[in-house]
Amino acid sequence: MAISLKVNGATRSVDAEPDTPLLYVLRNDLELNGAKYGCGLTQCGACTVLVNGAARRSCVTPVGSIEGNEVTTLEGLGTLDKPHPLQKAFIDEQAAQCGYCASGMIMAAADLLNRNPQPQEADVRAALADNLCRCGTHNRIIRAVLRAARQNGRI
Amino acid sequence: MDAPRLTRRDFTAALGGIVLSFSLVPKVALVQEPARLPGSLQTNRTLDAWLRINADGSVTVFTGKVELGQGIVTALAQIAAEELEVPLGRVTMISGDTGRTPNEGQTAGSQSIEQSGTALRMAGAEVRALLIGLAARKLGVSADTLKVTDGVIHAPDGRKVGYGELTAETDLKREATAKVPPKPAAQYKIVGKSAPRIDIPAKMTGGAAFVQDLRLPGMVHGRVVRPPRYGARLDSFDEARVKAMPGVIAVVRDGSFLGVVARREEQAINARLVLIEFAKWSGGSELPDPAKMYEQLMSLRSEDRVIGEKDAPVPVGAKVLEATYHRPYQAHAAIAPSCAVAELKDGKLTVWTHSQGVFPLRATIARALGLQPRDIRCIHAEGPGCYGHNGADDAAFDAAMLARAVNGRPVRLQWMRDDEFKWEPYGPAMTMKVKGAVAGGRVVGWTFDVWSQSHNMRPGDPDGINLMGSWYLADAKRPGPARHAAQPNGAGDRNAITLYDFPRQRTTHHLIMENPVRTSALRTLGAYANVFAIESFMDELAAAAGIDPVAFRLAHIKDERERAVIEAVAKAAAWKPGEKGDGRRGRGIGYARYKTVATYIAVIAEVEVNRTAGIVKVPRIWTSADAGQIINPDGLTNQIEGGVIQSMSWTLHEHVRFDRNGILSEDWMNYPILTMPDVPKVETVLINRPNERALGAGEAAQGPTAAAIANAFAAATGRRIRELPLTPERVKAALA
Repeated sequence: MAISLKVNGATRSVDAEPDTPLLYVLRNDLELNGAKYGCGLTQCGACTVLVNGAARRSCVTPVGSIEGNEVTTLEGLGTLDKPHPLQKAFIDEQAAQCGYCASGMIMAAADLLNRNPQPQEADVRAALADNLCRCGTHNRIIRAVLRAARQNGRI
Repeated sequence: MDAPRLTRRDFTAALGGIVLSFSLVPKVALVQEPARLPGSLQTNRTLDAWLRINADGSVTVFTGKVELGQGIVTALAQIAAEELEVPLGRVTMISGDTGRTPNEGQTAGSQSIEQSGTALRMAGAEVRALLIGLAARKLGVSADTLKVTDGVIHAPDGRKVGYGELTAETDLKREATAKVPPKPAAQYKIVGKSAPRIDIPAKMTGGAAFVQDLRLPGMVHGRVVRPPRYGARLDSFDEARVKAMPGVIAVVRDGSFLGVVARREEQAINARLVLIEFAKWSGGSELPDPAKMYEQLMSLRSEDRVIGEKDAPVPVGAKVLEATYHRPYQAHAAIAPSCAVAELKDGKLTVWTHSQGVFPLRATIARALGLQPRDIRCIHAEGPGCYGHNGADDAAFDAAMLARAVNGRPVRLQWMRDDEFKWEPYGPAMTMKVKGAVAGGRVVGWTFDVWSQSHNMRPGDPDGINLMGSWYLADAKRPGPARHAAQPNGAGDRNAITLYDFPRQRTTHHLIMENPVRTSALRTLGAYANVFAIESFMDELAAAAGIDPVAFRLAHIKDERERAVIEAVAKAAAWKPGEKGDGRRGRGIGYARYKTVATYIAVIAEVEVNRTAGIVKVPRIWTSADAGQIINPDGLTNQIEGGVIQSMSWTLHEHVRFDRNGILSEDWMNYPILTMPDVPKVETVLINRPNERALGAGEAAQGPTAAAIANAFAAATGRRIRELPLTPERVKAALA
């Protein structure tokens, strides 16, 4: 059935069952690469997107449940040419090894900065506690979020 | 930003198949053994296998090594740009494609800089000299008067020729001589500086960066169903029910191999669940009893080899100590399960894969499916960080199986989380027994025995098919045998031979020939466990001798570079000779030279022990590393610190859970890893040796980190834990 979604500021119509996890609609129907499949069980955070500005695990969110809500993916934050302060900070800090977790980390950090624009390091660690990184890049990710927070007002 | 371009492998264009753009065999009659060439030039001997100069002055670099999140493609681009004297932004990298790149085997063992980097350095220097020679002829001047800047060759009189203008005359279809000396390190402008990684911007902005992001026209979605335990047979399943489900295109069964293809991804996932629900299985092998696992493994048939021996008498009255250490089965646990895209069209199979070795994978798929290698093309596309041989190759085979069932349509096969956790080849469980003798503050006797299953069951084995899905076909294939690997690399015995200067030592590798649990290469192979055991025992001997652990190590080291990293880390951490723990807090050191021939690294860890909860926290870690000539300092730091943190996760948290009936670790709840709140601050001191060979570093930190943490725990509490990981139960038992 046709479902109407607001994704990254645009209204999009997709033909999917309402119980389809949002993740697969974003990736396959809307061809957005940001949200990633990692576990499908809400355990790793790779699929994190924003729904009305708050972090949500898209792997278990039925697409039918978010009609009329604003969905933001990594692509909706910024682009290569005009990156969001978080994206720029992750690039500047080279905060990746494989980078597979990065989108989820950035979206969870965006949720944090929406709630708390000037977090302390402990706040960042707590906010990203349920986003797993396997390469051991955590410290760079923390530095990137703190850098983005410092620069947020100035960009 | 002046960053080199990384081709997205031009996914769609690649479908048509690209003809070989270089000659695989040099056009010379090989009447005698060909000259030994450095690095991977030895096996890929023509210049055009590595480099192409384009008419616009840009350079295309071909490498058989692939990006696994370790930053290697950027580092190799730096090396090529440096020797060719072109800006990094003018280099395009093509990596890991059986249709286009050199065959460099596996991207493994921290060898890419040494193998591919050396080849590119020598080939780059030679091509630069060729281009200068051509320009000299064109300008009618002597070659030694010419200078190159940014890909433009300048004559003293102001005339100039760009590389792009010489492409017509440049014939790189010739065997490399490796006779042109590369640039001296003092003249480096690109190598040795922190270049931003080529692949990172796309990954931060939603660009197509991973095999998971590949979308081909008409692509459909596949899932596979695995047995409940190793070796079980599929007796029956409800094919009709699944075929009637929405979107299902094909149900694939071959013996006990079972999979499904559907139009939409969620339809394939739902179909898989119904296949699982109604499938009936029988047989299969029992797993070891986890309570007696190490004894059972050591009782299996093994091939024993003395790999190191040095004899001297043990002085009368020496104090003798013995200890046994264990490391459990541990998972790669990549952040996403394995994935591959495959398409069979007009008899040609194309597989996009995050395999570490596209050439061995192609050869093994060919043997498993009875195809010719020339009819298969394997193209590397990035996956999540792999840390060794995970499910990537198996997923590639599974995708090929499904693609055969929907001839002409590309299939994206994604393993589910439990597929990866339960079926990946783990890092083997290991036992290390050490016996040492000390007299007069020195180690005077040392015996080290290590028991381990195989650490190398990768595709490419000549006597077996190391692709898991093929073992379940009606015409079942068999895996290859466990094999010893020669020192100094070794496998289960990697870093088993002590680096210390002991007058007497004997080291024996007991290679377990059976595979009760599926295992293969996990980052560092046996080095993680062997260094953990050796360096733990060094602290035990130091304590027995009443000597500070740092001083005790230095007393047994002659090599200046070995001493330098230990001294540097002690300085960085402000180590106080004889420092003591306070029951709760303490520090410890671990040291190794990876593989005996690669990066030197020392690690100091500080732990805080919650004695009632049994929880070990590691607030700080210091490291010092000497990887010879540093190519990309930031990339090296990232690799070292990542290795430290991953090792800390292994050391404190990780072991595969199972019972006699099957694997129980199937997601992150029953295979927990280190998380953000517990990550330590890591301080790294790099020792650059610009005139020394660049050394592999990606796996250097893991062993020393495990030992540093275990030694810090012992320093803090006076009790030693010899079995990994340091779980709350073990901590509480040790402190009881």
